[in-house]
Amino acid sequence: MDSQLIEWVLAAAQGLLFIAAAPLLAGWLQRVKCHLQNREAPSVWQPYRNLSKLMGKRMVLAENASWLFRATPYIVFGATLLAAAVVPLVAVHLPTAAIADMIVLVAFFALGRFFTALAGLDIGTAFGGMGASREMMVGALAEPAMLMAVFTLSMTANTTNLSVATEYLLHAGLVLRPSFLFALLALAMVAVAESSRVPVDNPATHLELTMLHEAMILEYGGRHLALIEWASQIKLMIYSVFIIDLYLPLGIATDLGAKSLAIGVVAVTAKLMGLAVLLVVWETVLAKMRLFRVPQFLGFAFMLSLLGMLTHVVLETGI
Amino acid sequence: MEFASLSLFNQAIILFAALALFMSFIMLAQARMMPLIFTFAWQGLLLTVVSVLVAITSGHPELHISAAITFCLKVVVIPWLLYRLSVKLNMQYDAEAITHPTLLLLGGVALVIFSYHVSQSIVHLSGLATRNTIAVSMAIELLGMLLMIARKSAVAQVIGFMSMESGIFFAAVVSTYGMPLIVELGLAFDILVASILFGVFFFHLKDSFGSLNVGQFNRLSEANQSMPTADAAAPAPGEHA
Repeated sequence: MDSQLIEWVLAAAQGLLFIAAAPLLAGWLQRVKCHLQNREAPSVWQPYRNLSKLMGKRMVLAENASWLFRATPYIVFGATLLAAAVVPLVAVHLPTAAIADMIVLVAFFALGRFFTALAGLDIGTAFGGMGASREMMVGALAEPAMLMAVFTLSMTANTTNLSVATEYLLHAGLVLRPSFLFALLALAMVAVAESSRVPVDNPATHLELTMLHEAMILEYGGRHLALIEWASQIKLMIYSVFIIDLYLPLGIATDLGAKSLAIGVVAVTAKLMGLAVLLVVWETVLAKMRLFRVPQFLGFAFMLSLLGMLTHVVLETGI
Repeated sequence: MEFASLSLFNQAIILFAALALFMSFIMLAQARMMPLIFTFAWQGLLLTVVSVLVAITSGHPELHISAAITFCLKVVVIPWLLYRLSVKLNMQYDAEAITHPTLLLLGGVALVIFSYHVSQSIVHLSGLATRNTIAVSMAIELLGMLLMIARKSAVAQVIGFMSMESGIFFAAVVSTYGMPLIVELGLAFDILVASILFGVFFFHLKDSFGSLNVGQFNRLSEANQSMPTADAAAPAPGEHA
């Protein structure tokens, strides 16, 4: 009974750490990016300042905003929070990991996207509708690729639960699976598209014709905007941790001792920092692509994950 | 048996085989001329690595020779010839419009499934650890054929042809540890001669049609007529009939 309580406390602590660290990751990304592009870099704490500033601001709502518009930030934040609880950040085998598997994780993101698109349409401005239609297009193409990659991974690990799969891969050691390589590439492409990064979307601009995600949330301000921005920072972190868990699980805590937890925190921090540097390099060498090339980009991601599934069936079974 | 219980060498063979298959897909999606040639060279390099690895694991040292031949031909000579040709014909920055790129890739995936299905009956006969890659080699062959069918540019078609040959070579390496050396030498020589002949053809095509787009070959021109002008390039309705 007592150990169960500790597990739940740890799970809650991990969830809180997850949402607390997400703006830090965004700040680190911003800082590395500025350094790489020879610009003056803001402090890594800048996203926290932005969030607290937005939290303190008075809310301005459009006259024709319905309850949907007001509820959406909370729904999006809640769905992202639940998704974050599923992903093992520091330790595997926490009780929250059993809530949902990877497929539900994808569904949480879809829920958030659905309500953001509805809110974009709700207010009736041109940009909201445009952003909603674009976001749904990206989502409709990215989701099958993501699911196919998840299926490929879970066929090897024989589970769709992320925590169990992570532990399996941790104990499997070095196995050169081609299917994992393809699934990794597909996941990276989907992660870039879903978390609105270059080359699919540029989160730093509000240029009318190129906005995807920003166009939908243009009408939000104050507390609502803070929640949505925080949710998208958490989403980026979820994708990063998801990829780290599956491809580089080394160092994650398998028991709940203080030492292994400390190692887990250090390991995941180092890996996230490294992954962020990779993402920054990717964003710096690539230019944002035309919207009409996005289906091709995501079609390629789908083809990659399909190829991963096929190589698993063709090459890795029946040996 | 589990995949994880194979030795790392055998796992690497399978990994590189899968990457070679992936290169075939990249070639299908790649519209620009230079990257297409480089991707072909990369595929040749991957096949070289696979044959060296097979030579090491199976203890067939003569496979080193065929790996060397592959390296010389498919990584150095043929890409270099094609590169030089496209520079001479001033088309190294050309890109052709691929109609239905995603459909093409999905067609490629269907070909992979088909070759898996076909190779099932062969795979049972073999006892080698690499026998599963027979399906991949067959898929590389079929994807080369798809590239030839789908593309209009003559250079892309030649690359598709060469990549079909790569698939045959690959099938020989993974299913029977290589063909007899004399056959392999003959094939390599054939490919070399073919690539030189293709080069001559390219020049003639460019001379008589002004383009390497095989879609325009139904536009016949007399030998003594002047080069087709810009208005003649747009065919009048009904001319294709």
